Amino acid sequence: MQKHAASCVHIRENPRFQALVRKRNRFAFSLAALVVIAYFSFILLVAFRPDWIATPVFAGMTVTIGVPLGLSIIVLTVGLTAIYVRRANREFDEESMEIRRQALK
Amino acid sequence: MTLLARYLVLVAATLAVAGVAVAMPSVGLGPRQPTNWSAITTFIFFVGATLWMTRLATARSRSSADFYSPGGGISGFQNGLAIAGDYMSAASFLGISGLVFVSGFDGLIFSIGWLVGWPVITFLMAERLRNLGKFTFADVAAYRFSQKPVRSLAALGSLLVVLFYLIAQMVGAGQLVKILFGLEYAYAVIMVGIVMMMYVLLGGMTSTTWVMINKAVLLLAGTTLMALAVLFSVGFNPDALFSRATDLHVLKDALMAPGGLIKDPVSAVSVGLALMFGTAGLPHILMRFFTVANAREARKSVAWATLWIGYFYVLTFIIGFGAIVSLVANPGPYFIGGKVANGLQGGANMAAIHLASALGGDLFLGFIAAVAFTTILAVVAGLTLSGASAVSHDLYATVLRKGAATSEEERRVSKLTTFSLGLVAVVLGIVFEHQNVAFMVMLAFSIACSANFPVLFMAVLWRDCTTRGATIGGFLGLFSALLLTVLSPVVWESVLGNPAGSALFPYASPAIVSMPLAFLAIWGISLLDRSPQACRERALFQDQLIRSETGIGASAPRSH
Repeated sequence: MQKHAASCVHIRENPRFQALVRKRNRFAFSLAALVVIAYFSFILLVAFRPDWIATPVFAGMTVTIGVPLGLSIIVLTVGLTAIYVRRANREFDEESMEIRRQALK
Repeated sequence: MTLLARYLVLVAATLAVAGVAVAMPSVGLGPRQPTNWSAITTFIFFVGATLWMTRLATARSRSSADFYSPGGGISGFQNGLAIAGDYMSAASFLGISGLVFVSGFDGLIFSIGWLVGWPVITFLMAERLRNLGKFTFADVAAYRFSQKPVRSLAALGSLLVVLFYLIAQMVGAGQLVKILFGLEYAYAVIMVGIVMMMYVLLGGMTSTTWVMINKAVLLLAGTTLMALAVLFSVGFNPDALFSRATDLHVLKDALMAPGGLIKDPVSAVSVGLALMFGTAGLPHILMRFFTVANAREARKSVAWATLWIGYFYVLTFIIGFGAIVSLVANPGPYFIGGKVANGLQGGANMAAIHLASALGGDLFLGFIAAVAFTTILAVVAGLTLSGASAVSHDLYATVLRKGAATSEEERRVSKLTTFSLGLVAVVLGIVFEHQNVAFMVMLAFSIACSANFPVLFMAVLWRDCTTRGATIGGFLGLFSALLLTVLSPVVWESVLGNPAGSALFPYASPAIVSMPLAFLAIWGISLLDRSPQACRERALFQDQLIRSETGIGASAPRSH
């Protein structure tokens, strides 16, 4: 516990730690905002422009614009999650490990 | 304990025999289905196999030393499957494929809502939860706050979410078993309750996790097979599937257009908010982040979970359209009286089950039914477990005994709560047989997004949040969500029987009011809080931030 307290003081004063927190928060909140915007735009499009959502993708096809649009939100959701986890597991974790190492020295 | 276990097994066996005996003379009577023996045999085989596999996995984890040691835990991939298993309930499998079967494109809109909460958990919650928590999300919410008020709030929020979700699952389970096997509804609900208690009481968290993993794999495999069979029948040309479906369906081209789901934009946004942010406040989901070794695995697990859940919803969409093509083209065995206009036997929720029978006969029907049933059991077990943790860990050990309870005492309370929750769920499941329970799922999500999520979010991410702000704001969110749900058309008019149009709150979900209310209250009251305690709590934020960001001092993964 004593050791934790000491390393906490060290980390608190480490400018790299504050920079990491800022960087990670900026990235996480931008991605979250992207998902919120994409999803609610889709919902509002369905609510206010159902006629456009219901037009076929190409003339003569049954598939309407809504289907690829909806599926692309699913893909976006999974894709952004993957992007975040990739960057966090590589860049952020490395940075955080480095900060821990410095603190425990 | 072993005595209780033996007793439960005995009761379960007796009831199963009694249930089948009751089912036999009723062949062809009433709304129940004639007993389908080959489907039942396959069904029993698969349920038995999952139980056996779970036992095997639990036994192996007991003998393997690294499971219990710090730094162990299950891998991110396994936990991702477990989380997906917890989330992909029978309601979403049968309900969404049924919705696609009835109204096509609307089913896709609906299923997307169930997915978009996952990135929010990944970006903002998963790793912080892992680094700050131990058993329940209340550990995280109350990290730097006064334990008693914040934990009481979190425990109440958890219990209400669990209870409403549980009742909805129980009613669904009873109806499913009644239709599938011709069992009496009450027997079906009691059977589900007993098997669920066996899972939780005998195995605890480890065994429930393995039940989840098994059932997630089975569900994904079963739905993949079904979707492949559907796509195969149209030569892997999706447009051919859609055009055949629009030809056959009563809606014609409107099948591919937005229908009645989003009539009122305010309700649509409100439901969207509840689903998106409520997912990040579901106690049984949040609890799953404490079983992995560290934040890195927590992140991986939620990424896998998102992938599986997204994939699953794409499959249910295909399965719903496959059901239109296969069942409407050959209505004889599947529709009441053989006529499409009379509706599906057992209701639209049975679309996927009938499709299984149309694609692969009784064998495949039994398999899909067993998967659906294991799904119900697993989800119900996971819910009960998180409710029991909220009572034993938050209310009993921390609030009541102020941390002085031994883990043995805590475990005893947890078992007692499991038993009581199971009992309450069975009784309420029977009481609500003929009620509309869809609103209960929405209520669970609304409470999760108006009480659990705001408190968690503000406590972890906002320095100036205080005990007073979090507690008052959380309770405001919780009670406004409850009150507005009672005043909404679905409860006020449909359930309570008041005249149409008399509901005071016109929207389908309270989230659009109750969630901002909770956030505003937490923000305002925290800012006004100038007590010495508030200053101490703000000062602790840096330490909380360091632990949540770096994992220094984080607890070992949960294993029991």
